[in-house]
Formats: sequence, C-alpha cells, structure tokens
Amino acid sequence: MSAERATAWFLRGYVVVVFAFVFAPIAASFVFSFNSDRFPTLPLGHFTLHWYETIFNDPDVWEAFANSAIVSACTAVIATFIGFCTAYTDYRFRFFGKSAYLGLALLPPTIPLVIMGLAMLALLSRIGMSGRLDSIIVAHVVLCSPFAMAVIRLRLAQMDPSLEAAAWNLGASEWQAMGAVILPFTAPAIVAALCLTAAVSFDEFAVAWFVSGLNKTVPVIILEILQGNVDPQINAIGSIVFITSMTLVVVAQILIMTKAPRRA
Amino acid sequence: MQARGVRTVSFYGLTWAMPMVLWQLVFFVFPLCFLLALTFWLVRNYRMVPGFDTVNWVKMYSRGYFWDAFGFTFTMALLSTAVTSILAFPCACALAFRTSPAVRRWAMFFLIIPFFTSYLVRAYSWQIFLGDTGVINGLLSAVGVGPWPMLNTRFGTLIGYLTLSLPLVVVLQLFSLASVDRNLVEAAWNLGCGRLKAVFVVIVPLAKVGLIIAATFCFILSFGDFVSPYYLGGSKPPTLSILIVDTTKSGQQWPRAAVVAVTMIATLFAVAFTAVALAYRRRA
Repeated sequence: MSAERATAWFLRGYVVVVFAFVFAPIAASFVFSFNSDRFPTLPLGHFTLHWYETIFNDPDVWEAFANSAIVSACTAVIATFIGFCTAYTDYRFRFFGKSAYLGLALLPPTIPLVIMGLAMLALLSRIGMSGRLDSIIVAHVVLCSPFAMAVIRLRLAQMDPSLEAAAWNLGASEWQAMGAVILPFTAPAIVAALCLTAAVSFDEFAVAWFVSGLNKTVPVIILEILQGNVDPQINAIGSIVFITSMTLVVVAQILIMTKAPRRA
Repeated sequence: MQARGVRTVSFYGLTWAMPMVLWQLVFFVFPLCFLLALTFWLVRNYRMVPGFDTVNWVKMYSRGYFWDAFGFTFTMALLSTAVTSILAFPCACALAFRTSPAVRRWAMFFLIIPFFTSYLVRAYSWQIFLGDTGVINGLLSAVGVGPWPMLNTRFGTLIGYLTLSLPLVVVLQLFSLASVDRNLVEAAWNLGCGRLKAVFVVIVPLAKVGLIIAATFCFILSFGDFVSPYYLGGSKPPTLSILIVDTTKSGQQWPRAAVVAVTMIATLFAVAFTAVALAYRRRA
C-alpha cells in the first residue's frame, strides 16, 4: 500500500502548506515589527523596539486606539443585544414571513463593505451625522449583529426546548423564564458574541474609513499610513491589532466550544 | 408573533423580534435604498441636488473604463473563486476524511481565527514576501534566479484574495464534506472505484451544495474587496470597488459612485441566485 501512504503524506504536507500560507502574513508582521531595517529584506537587521517606541510616542495612534476601544465596545454591546433578540425569536417563534425576517438579519455580511461605507456616508452626511464615532458604531452594529445572532442561535440549538416550557408550567411568566432559564443557559454564547463582534468591529476598516472623518479608528490610520511610503510602524501597529483581535476570537471560540452540561 | 401554535401577537414576542427589524430597516435597508435614489441625483456646482435624472447611469455606462473595470473585476473574482476552491479542496478533504475529530476541531479553530483577524494588515504583510527585494525574491536570488515581479501584478491580487477567502472556504467545504456519508464512499471503494475517482464520482456530488456555497462566498468577498487589488495589485487596472473609493474620496461625484455600487449589488445578486439554482438543481 505504498501509493496509499504516499497520498497520506502528500495530504498531510498539503494541509501544513495551507496553514503556513494562512499564518505567514501574521508571523511576518510580528517578525518584521522587531526588525531594524526600514525595508523588509532578508537577511534581517538587528532586533529593535524602535517601531513600537515610535507608535508609543505618537498621540494620533493613542487616540485611534481609544476611538477603536469605544467603537468596538459599544458595537459589541448593541450588536450582541440585537443578535440575542433575533436568535431567541428564531428559536422560540414561528410566524408568517419568518424567512424574510431571517434574510434581513443575515444579509449584511454579503454586501461589500465599500458599498456599505458609501451608502452610510451618503445618508449620514445628508442628515449631518457623518464624521462621528456614533456613525461608525451604527454601521458596525449592522455588520456585526449577524455574527452575534449565529453564535447565540447555535447555543440555543443545544438547549432542550422543554426546559422553557417546564419553567412556565412551574408558574414562571415568560419574562421570568427568560431570566431564569434562557439567559443563564446562553450566557457563555453571549460573552462569546461580545468578544467576536468586538473583534469584527475593531478590525473593520472600509466602512470606518468612509464615515469616520477626523475621528479615526486604528484600521483607518493603518490605511492612511499605507498610502504613504513603506513604514515598518505598520508592522508594530498591526502586531498589536493581531494580538487584540486574536485574543478576542480565541476567547469567543473557547466559550463556544464548551459544551452544555449534560443532564444528570 | 405566534408562540408554538398560539395565534396571538404578544408584547413579549414583539419585544424580541423588533430590535433587529427596526435597526436593519433604518441603518441597512434605508441606506441602500438611499444609495439607489442617489444614482438619479444631480451634481451642480460641486453640490448634490435631489432629482430624477438618468444622466449618471448614461455617463457611467457609456464609459469604456467602467466596462473594463467591470470585466476585470468579474474575471478576477471568478479566477479567485476557481483557484481558492481548488486549492482548498484537498485540504478540506484531508481534514474531513483523514483526521480525528479532535484534530478537525483544532483545524477549524485555527482557520476561524484569521477569518476574523485584521484582513487589512494580513494583506499588506504579503508585501514583505512579494516585493522585488522581499523575502521570496531574496531566497530566489540566493539560488541565482529571479527577481520575479509579484507585487503590483494580478498574481499579487490573487494572493490577496486567497488571504481573504481561503480560511473561510476551507471551513465551509469541511462542513459539507464532514456530512458526507462515509458508508457511501466505502461502498464505492468496495465496488472497485479508485480512490481518486471516488472523490469526483461520489464525494463531490454529495457535497455539491456546500461546495457551491463556499465558492459563492469566495466570489462575493473577492468581487467586493478593494484592499488586494489596490495594495497588492497596484490598482492596475482598477476594480469596481477601487472605482467607488476613488470617485467618492476625490470629490462630490457620489451619484456616479452609487451607480457603480448598485451595479455591483445587482451583479452579486445575479451570481448568488445562479449559484443557488445550480446547487439545488436536480440531476436530469
């Protein structure tokens, strides 16, 4: 069976190559953020923290991180609330036009971000709301709530539907059952959705670029630095961005993977 | 709003159903409708004036560069879809059929991370590898070949599209392959079907819907992206999304940018419907 073994080794190697391709840019960004040379060439120069010092002393970068923190925190809370409402509605109710309802909930990620950015900019500038942080938040909630909904819906799918009904039969009102049964059960998914939506918002550059005006977020200043010359500051900012969003996504995934406790 | 067969509209039910509807109508549907209306507006003295005139459509659709950009964007997105799907497939197959569930879970875990991690920086970081004096050409010149220009070429754009969509496509393909009944695959082997032939005769048809959905997502992502064609492809020639960015950022010709945007959405809908029809078509 040597052909079989050759195939097995080929596929194993292939998977490794795919993962290397996916993670190469992230790794390169880390490595070159500590590299002294201005231009990314091999062999590497010497180790330096210069690029981190540069961005550390740049008030614009600080302001951008503060803006991003505000935007992604607010987006996460609102998007997760909306995602929860939508997921619960899908789980609990059947009604006329439900597929249209779900379509409306899940459609936003399929619209190119540039187009969302242009549409938001055109509308918001018409009503005098463009260039503010809340205009970015408003648009980010649209983009993020489908992810929150998906995460919380997955969790609800693991729940025994008779649990809620049992609470009603024991005398709880619908609201009490929500507080005593549904919310505790979905709590891990809610935290996961908060992390995931915060990560998506923290990384989103196109819509933020269109509507941000002077209130720039981190991806927007990255975009603006990119339009100038080669600047290894990008690698330093990028590495911080990677660490932030990867941490959020990892936490979200660990929470999603923790299985519901089995019934005794 | 009915709760399991009860035909009443309850305050409780509406409370949960309405937030999404209100938010998406005001901040998603309405802006897109406004975008459509904007295509009929006029620009006078560098200011947009509400109106109903087809001049923006006529102007854009009669320009050669618009159709060049359309053709280029569509072709590149198709190419990206084909290349990504083909490159992802062996990886998804290996993960679906040749690994333990634990390994598969970890693979998913590590593929989902980059999908949600700053695509902008990931795409830009490829410049480190692809530049004329970058890592790859550095290694090539060490063995005496090259340099090969990779940045500001279509190859560069394609690498960017792969960066954007490969993790997602592998995950989606993996989902659909994991649901293929292994008994059917083994039955094909037992009946004398070769391993490779079984892939195309048994596995691909069974996983067809998922594979097409993965490809459709890849097309949607590539078609709308402006980072890869701009920073890795050098904007030569521009894609439709670059056209939108340039038109919007350079002045008040937003109605023309809106024409491009509406054309893109219409194209994406047409592609998505075709793909769904293909996916669910019964075999004659």
